Amino acid sequence: MALRDETGPYFGAYGGRWVPESLVAALDELSEVWEHAKTDPAFIDELNELHRSYSGRPSIITEVPRFAAHAGGARIILKREDLNHTGSHKINNVLGQALLTKRIGKRRVIAETGAGQHGVATATAAALFGLECTIYMGEVDTERQALNVARMRLLGAEVVAVKSGSRTLKDAINDAMRDWVTNVEHTNYIFGTVAGPHPFPAMVRDLQKIIGEEAREQVLALTGRLPDAIAACVGGGSNAMGIFHAFLDDQDVRLLGYEAAGDGVETPRHAATIGKGRPGVLHGARSYLLQDEDGQTVESHSISAGLDYPGVGPEHAWLADLGRAEYRPVTDTAAMEALRLLSRTEGIIPAIESAHALAGALELGKELGPESIILVNLSGRGDKDMTTAAHWFDLIDEGAEQS
Amino acid sequence: MSADAPGAVARLIDERRAQGTGILVGYLPIGFPDLATSIDAAVTLAENGVDVIELGPPYSDPVMDGPVIQAATQQALANGFKLRHTFEAVRGITERSDAPVLVMSYWNPVQQYGVDRYAAELKAAGAAGMITPDLIPDEAGEWFEASERHGLERVFLAAPSSSPDRLRTVAERSRGFVYAVSTMGITGARADVDAAARGLVGRLREAGAERACVGIGVSTAEQVREILGYADGAIVGSALVKALADGGLDALGALAAELAAGKA
Repeated sequence: MALRDETGPYFGAYGGRWVPESLVAALDELSEVWEHAKTDPAFIDELNELHRSYSGRPSIITEVPRFAAHAGGARIILKREDLNHTGSHKINNVLGQALLTKRIGKRRVIAETGAGQHGVATATAAALFGLECTIYMGEVDTERQALNVARMRLLGAEVVAVKSGSRTLKDAINDAMRDWVTNVEHTNYIFGTVAGPHPFPAMVRDLQKIIGEEAREQVLALTGRLPDAIAACVGGGSNAMGIFHAFLDDQDVRLLGYEAAGDGVETPRHAATIGKGRPGVLHGARSYLLQDEDGQTVESHSISAGLDYPGVGPEHAWLADLGRAEYRPVTDTAAMEALRLLSRTEGIIPAIESAHALAGALELGKELGPESIILVNLSGRGDKDMTTAAHWFDLIDEGAEQS
Repeated sequence: MSADAPGAVARLIDERRAQGTGILVGYLPIGFPDLATSIDAAVTLAENGVDVIELGPPYSDPVMDGPVIQAATQQALANGFKLRHTFEAVRGITERSDAPVLVMSYWNPVQQYGVDRYAAELKAAGAAGMITPDLIPDEAGEWFEASERHGLERVFLAAPSSSPDRLRTVAERSRGFVYAVSTMGITGARADVDAAARGLVGRLREAGAERACVGIGVSTAEQVREILGYADGAIVGSALVKALADGGLDALGALAAELAAGKA
């Protein structure tokens, strides 16, 4: 069977549904509605029209030669998901799941968010469709992504700062699940990544695979051939699965996922789930996860809130075991250097998440050599990260205050 | 254990049913406020009319738990709870009390320890079985084998939202009793235990469940009395944890005795 045809609930030994019984009926309903919707021309047309006239698809590709000059002469092409409405790939998934919410007939949506990108996208879709919206965000993340909190509130969403556990994305998911268990009758959970219980990994992947499908055609048109490698950052893994999927059965195209190495994978402060974790069960799926010897989830660390997650989607775990995709670590420092380099050489400020893929591509280009072609998923833009970048690079004059 | 050789909890339920009543199940987390006190606390429950002890090893991501139990288990983890304390606690309790002990564990720690090894150690420590809040029968292959091999009762959850098909599976796969989730939601005291609980227990009986106990939101003797009017047991958690946190063993014992009065 082609790798692309895998639809879950299991990806090899991974995936499944490790959830309280209370959620099974809602997951069954979601699976059924999704199975029907994904082949229903009316649903597909409505989603395509939203892509075209609302979020701005197809997103373009941009070749970045001045940046690539630092990558051993390889050609580097960016898939510009940063140009989507709301500033990242997250909107692709959210529009699809918001349409499904309407089909199911529920009036309220909830979502978790780390960097705030998925929260902003969900709040946006809720505003567009007239749905009530509650976003769960770890308290630590509400502090480092204050601007996105303001955006979500402006869009009419309620933002709950989650104070339990490590107060980051993992705990935001726990609280969103608790909300869902309680309010499932009228609430749909718009999950933001290719993790969680079935049908989320396959459904979110299906809603994001448009990234790779477009990019495959665009790179062929630009260069006359397929790229040698695809580079994408991996937290939960939705932008990576989105761009990998169309290439899964192109055996000559290498797939590289870049995990956040924080202070370094040799330290305890990282989020390299596949690199340093082992299989277990978290948030409804079996996959790799960062855990101690007792199976307690270990806190992850990354400068990028969107990659600061101790789990990863089950399809990535499967691809890693198969050897079809490779997963490598990128430190905070390397990502921030790549962020600055792309800004200075190309006039594009990437999200810190996406900067991990850029840093990976710089090294990969040196490995693959001149004339190689690397397609990088530029999954989001860096506007939300200006406070972090300003502190990292010391860009704001002492005492200055924006009024 | 085969279906026709009931375990300790099933036997106790059958005994009580013959007397026209049911069982009171009391939940406490292991290691809260510390390991020794949590063992004393479980024994205190048994001495004050709680029939079955539900013992929860703290877990980093307890998605079925509300704020009271989250706070307690987070404190236990911060104080250094280790998985092996689970077996120490079970042993400590069963050495001092005849009340059957069911461990209520989220699944990842069990899987990491090794399902069969975990089951073997639970049995050796004297546990009657395990309640699995985030393991559904669909994913429970290893647990079926291990629980049969070691003679442990296995309690799955049923929810008001569960389809008739799923209730049949849960009823068929559970040993001891089925844990009927009273309301759609997480643990924590509620003023009313839903009418949904009564309906769910009725549907479970139709689906073939021999024994069903109701939990989530139960905190008063009146609720215990009401539940035992249609179910085989009432399960109390957050209210007991709160009593222990606020008033120590004396307050816990007093609340347990008060709840147990609901069995009369």
